[in-house]
Amino acid sequence: MDDFYRENILDHYRYPRHKGHLEDPDIHYHDVNPFCGDEITLELKVEDDRIVEAAFDGKGCAISQASASMLTEELVGMTLEEVRQLNKDYIIDLLGIPIGPVRLKCALLPLKVLKAGVWGLEEWPE
Amino acid sequence: MTASTPTLQVAPMPTVAEIRKDFPILQQEVHGHPLVYLDSTASSQKPVQVIEAMDEYYRTIHANVHRGVHTLSEAATTAYEDARLKVARFINAPSTKEIIFTRNTTEGLNLVAYSWGRANLKPGDEVLITEMEHHSNIVPWQLICEITGATLRYVPITPRGELDYDALSQLLNEKTKVFAFTAMSNVLGTINPVAELVARAHAVGAIAVVDGAQSVPHLKTDVQALDADFLAFSSHKMLGPTGIGVLYGRKEILQAMPPFLGGGDMIREVKLSGSSWNDLPYKFEAGTPAIAEAVGLSVAIDYLNQVGMDWITEHERQITAYAWEQLQQIEGLRILGPDPERRGGLLSFIFGDIHPHDIASILDMQGVAVRAGHHCAQPIHDHYGISASTRASFYIYNSLDEVDRLVAALHQAKDIFSF
Repeated sequence: MDDFYRENILDHYRYPRHKGHLEDPDIHYHDVNPFCGDEITLELKVEDDRIVEAAFDGKGCAISQASASMLTEELVGMTLEEVRQLNKDYIIDLLGIPIGPVRLKCALLPLKVLKAGVWGLEEWPE
Repeated sequence: MTASTPTLQVAPMPTVAEIRKDFPILQQEVHGHPLVYLDSTASSQKPVQVIEAMDEYYRTIHANVHRGVHTLSEAATTAYEDARLKVARFINAPSTKEIIFTRNTTEGLNLVAYSWGRANLKPGDEVLITEMEHHSNIVPWQLICEITGATLRYVPITPRGELDYDALSQLLNEKTKVFAFTAMSNVLGTINPVAELVARAHAVGAIAVVDGAQSVPHLKTDVQALDADFLAFSSHKMLGPTGIGVLYGRKEILQAMPPFLGGGDMIREVKLSGSSWNDLPYKFEAGTPAIAEAVGLSVAIDYLNQVGMDWITEHERQITAYAWEQLQQIEGLRILGPDPERRGGLLSFIFGDIHPHDIASILDMQGVAVRAGHHCAQPIHDHYGISASTRASFYIYNSLDEVDRLVAALHQAKDIFSF
């Protein structure tokens, strides 16, 4: 139990990083998890195929929101090609906990929104 | 020789401990704690009698029904039709012709919407449903209204989670051709006055379609007393297997309806120029049905009858009243829906600002299984301005101790999220 909701996740949930909106974002994408209603909006500013600013907004469970907060921390400086390579394991490593198949959808929603916004990939990340 | 004194034979009341012995799945630990299963509203567990009957069916008499003349086919057909008779008696349907086996409640409601709706609805007609419906009693009507040009209207719910009867009086009028509503809300627990609502529908010439998914497993059901035109429910919520459900339909209405799905078993004659339909209920059962599942459902009904529907209703009332009292005492917890005496055996709630998924995960780590999300009823959650809720639901095998386990786990959730 303490493992699953370890302090790092709760910290990102309570004090999300990069939460809010950008002025004139180059990329803006929003999606929901139809099974639970988690919502994530992601905004990016991009220069020379490299992310220079990232922000998210959303509502939902601790896992989905912490995942978005952690992901946006990593995005700044990343190239769009690097974004294409991000996968499920990357998010699980970020969260640092084992996640079952149902909660995985919560954890992966921010990555799904990111990939859809950047590359138009609508599928859940493998 | 002395005559023995006659003794009154009274069947002993079952105890929860005895009932639980029949449910192998409940005898396990989850994350190191004895499983507390509080998600029967989503799907109930199965007694060993049901599991063994299905196993036995496959081991001894399985064959396809209604066609072969060999011994196994006859035995399978008899078992399948016996199940239909069992269902008819369980809900006091006048005839087995009125019992259609479907996959589940959803399919039954779709059958009515598509088959009856396509033949009877036209622009200017109105379909009336309520804001407390499960998606399966909303979406088929939205689809059929789009196809036929009929207008879909919704009865709003009051802050207490009951139907707004003033609004209903306005909305149910001579334009209304169908009034479809749930007998018991799967989120609010609200028990609707089915017989009264059916009578009001009939008074304006509308047919009444009842979603019995939550009521039939928990409350004694008599379709003749209710006077319902249609009643749909699912086996898997009443101790039976998944994959089979029931649609009760009034014979005269079913006879006048076109088929839903086309295929084998539902035809009288197939010619290249066209086909004619089989008699009721087969007209609505295209293709090989869920035979083993019908056998399982039949034994589930035996089990419910043996324990007694009145006992089940009373047992759930006691647990729900206790759970209501306990949960009310938890600071920051708000229960959705009406008071315990006006609801069935389920409690949906929101707890501070902890997301229901987080609550359910924390409870799961304590071995307590609850449902989190919108429970396939988004309009209710929109009504309360929330996106999701947590739901604990009770059935035949749940105990007061399990409510205590739920309460303890909720306190743990509060500690973790420390508010």
